[in-house]
Amino acid sequence: MPHFERLYNFACWLTQDRQEAEDLVQETYTKALKGFSSFQQGTNFRAWIYKILRNTFLTSRTGLKATATVPLDVEGEEEVLPTGKETPESILLQRSDWQRLQQAMERLPVPYREVLLLCEVEEMSYQEISSTLGIPIGTVMSRLSRARKMLRADLRPAIQEG
Amino acid sequence: MVCESWKAKLDTYLDGELPEGEMRAFDAHVRGCPSCSADALTRVQMKRAVLLAGKRFTPSAEFRKRIQESVAPQPRPPVGLGFGLRWMLAAAAVILVVGTLTASYVRSRSSRDQIYSEVADLHVATLASSSPVDVVSTDRHTVKPWFQGKIPFAFNLPELQNTEFSLLGGRMTYLDQTPGAHLIYDLRKHHISVLVFQERSLKLSAGWDEALLAPKRLPFNMETWSQGGLRYFVIGDTSEADIDSLAKLFKAAS
Repeated sequence: MPHFERLYNFACWLTQDRQEAEDLVQETYTKALKGFSSFQQGTNFRAWIYKILRNTFLTSRTGLKATATVPLDVEGEEEVLPTGKETPESILLQRSDWQRLQQAMERLPVPYREVLLLCEVEEMSYQEISSTLGIPIGTVMSRLSRARKMLRADLRPAIQEG
Repeated sequence: MVCESWKAKLDTYLDGELPEGEMRAFDAHVRGCPSCSADALTRVQMKRAVLLAGKRFTPSAEFRKRIQESVAPQPRPPVGLGFGLRWMLAAAAVILVVGTLTASYVRSRSSRDQIYSEVADLHVATLASSSPVDVVSTDRHTVKPWFQGKIPFAFNLPELQNTEFSLLGGRMTYLDQTPGAHLIYDLRKHHISVLVFQERSLKLSAGWDEALLAPKRLPFNMETWSQGGLRYFVIGDTSEADIDSLAKLFKAAS
């Protein structure tokens, strides 16, 4: 099945509930099958089916709730990156502390979480993300930048606590 | 351009999304700028961590079966059924074919990218280490015996006379939980890693391309091949031609 495991993983990250994720994936395939005529041969199938899943999520109760109160595309202060030997990234990798990272990713508001996942986990290009989310490439870049800053800011106190 | 201007574009660079000319200029800058290269390293580490942490949820077998049943083509309808139903079945078949091909492509690409990432991580982490090599020597007759008893195979190091390459040393390394040799070479002040593993011990080996191409996301060139039961990787930030030259020296020595 096209992208089954990856769609399920993405759905779990969006819904944060396995049962809801299963319903979301099932509905996505049903809609894809029914609406296959809207898929233009030669265009990006992956972006098309992810778009169906994401739009289905946004119209679900969880999706509406998750995206109702998120301020979008607010440019924050430029982060000053540490250049010393110990950084949140290196410490995380040393500890293989995936749980903390996963919790920080869960805490990202949906618009930032989804763009980060599509870029880093699904390894989509900015163009693909733009097509999947229906937003301009400039917005993809600003959300991605903001998502990364939020993630680093969230991880820093956890790391300092040890 | 001052460093702050480069840093503002660092994420876009690491995502492989800058225009080609700007990517090349960035490559050159990062190589010569300790501050930007340190930032690039931390951001690459974060990208890698998010990639691994993000692959978190796996569907159950029951759910997979349920979905398979729901999208599987139904038995062929008797002649005379409506156009809509026949079209739906055709669409389902097309989706399954497209899906199989796409999934196969994605698996293959994902596997290649994963290998590239692992090898690139080993290369970057070693160069960033305060002691990149455990045996420091430019003499292959010193470096090769050092690995005896440490790794479960033997390999030959090439003669470097009349070449621009020089051996800096070596260390033990692991890929896919398999022990191997990691050698560092110098070429015009650039460092190149050569990694050697037993082919049969690497679980990820099935379906590798002989000429493994690095994704455009990171500024490395890489070549890999199998010879005499060993899997070799040559990776560095030098040109493809330089990487190929060192690979040929190893091929000739093996």
